[in-house]
Amino acid sequence: MPTRQTQPKAIALISGGLDSLLAAKVVKEQGVHVEGINYFTGFCVEGHTHAIRNRDRTRHKRNNALWSAEQLGIQLHIVDVIDAYKDVVINPKHGYGANLNPCLDCKSFMVTRAREWIEDNGFDFIVTGEVIGQRPMSQRRETLPVIANESGAEDRLLRPLCAQLLAPTLPERMGWVDREQLYAFNGRSRKPQMTLAEQFGIKEYAQPAGGCCFLTDATYATKLRDLWASRGEKRYELDDIMLLKVGRHLRPRPHLKVIVARDASETQYLRGYRKAYAHLLMTSHNGPMTLLEGEVHDGDAELAARIAARFGQGRAASDVQFDFVTAAGVARSLAVAPFKPGDIAPEWYV
Amino acid sequence: MSAYTLDAKQLLCPLPVIRTQDRVATLKIGDVLTVYCTDPGALSDIPTWCRLHGHTMLSSKEDVDGVIELVLKVGSPIYNAQQ
Repeated sequence: MPTRQTQPKAIALISGGLDSLLAAKVVKEQGVHVEGINYFTGFCVEGHTHAIRNRDRTRHKRNNALWSAEQLGIQLHIVDVIDAYKDVVINPKHGYGANLNPCLDCKSFMVTRAREWIEDNGFDFIVTGEVIGQRPMSQRRETLPVIANESGAEDRLLRPLCAQLLAPTLPERMGWVDREQLYAFNGRSRKPQMTLAEQFGIKEYAQPAGGCCFLTDATYATKLRDLWASRGEKRYELDDIMLLKVGRHLRPRPHLKVIVARDASETQYLRGYRKAYAHLLMTSHNGPMTLLEGEVHDGDAELAARIAARFGQGRAASDVQFDFVTAAGVARSLAVAPFKPGDIAPEWYV
Repeated sequence: MSAYTLDAKQLLCPLPVIRTQDRVATLKIGDVLTVYCTDPGALSDIPTWCRLHGHTMLSSKEDVDGVIELVLKVGSPIYNAQQ
């Protein structure tokens, strides 16, 4: 088996889930210098993305990719790919999965970025936690070569958890890693990964698989489709996709969406957008921060206020007062009668 | 040693970490960076990132308005010794 004088170096894609943690661990245990890389697309689900809400504040407030890196004792490079990723979401060459998840294009994109990273930083190969048959779209026997080819990584892409079921890659042929110490995991069962985690003494890890991307979430995907439909084109900015994670979203008019905070924490969060969006501040009662997205026509502020009043402490009052502030910062006061139960059409909810 | 500040308020994690990471990359060993953010996750994530990359957390606190202040001292990457 060929050897080399210097320690081989690999970059491992770290999602924060168990598979990528194990894949990096398997390679590191073989004496390879491993660093982690994590790509932030804007759609990543993290434990404390949900912590905007009061009720979720007891959840783990940690980034799972960072937590994985700390378990592994490796550096983690977190890369902002928000802008570059838009084309993946908007024009996926291989289409979407069950919702708006472009899983195969996404994996190709990330491995392409990793391939560029190893070339720029003098690393030897890339490690991912992919398992044949684990995912219906991106982790099938037919699609794994597509990722290797489209990314340009080719045989510099090692999947330690299923490598024994695939052709030997460069790190295996060069003897940087021992193929016999890699694995042949296959299918959707999580038992092999859990057993391996136990062998490594890893007792705590994030969700076993999936759930790491808002684009796989049907409710979120519906909101994103609505955003695109309202604009007449597939287009978004970071603030758009962040706001889709927060509040009740109602579209009472084709040109107008109303975002109503669900609790005090969301109100606090939405306050950060008050200089960029028309908004309503309830002045006569305690109530939620409300943003208005889209063109605000005559009567729209009053309509949005009647909706917002329904979710405040003045819902049973005869009228509720607000300050309405346009996106340009022009303020006026208004008073409305809150909508009664049943007045808010179910189809307004996005 | 110089002192710098970074405003990462209103950003949800991991953006405060990314902005911190990118800012630290422009600083020298011994420089001090104060990061202001509002995502409570930063109270865990930025110290974790510092431990992984050989930087030192000097202090962290949250005020009544939910603004978090994290002060770190730039160190030298600890794992690069393996390369």
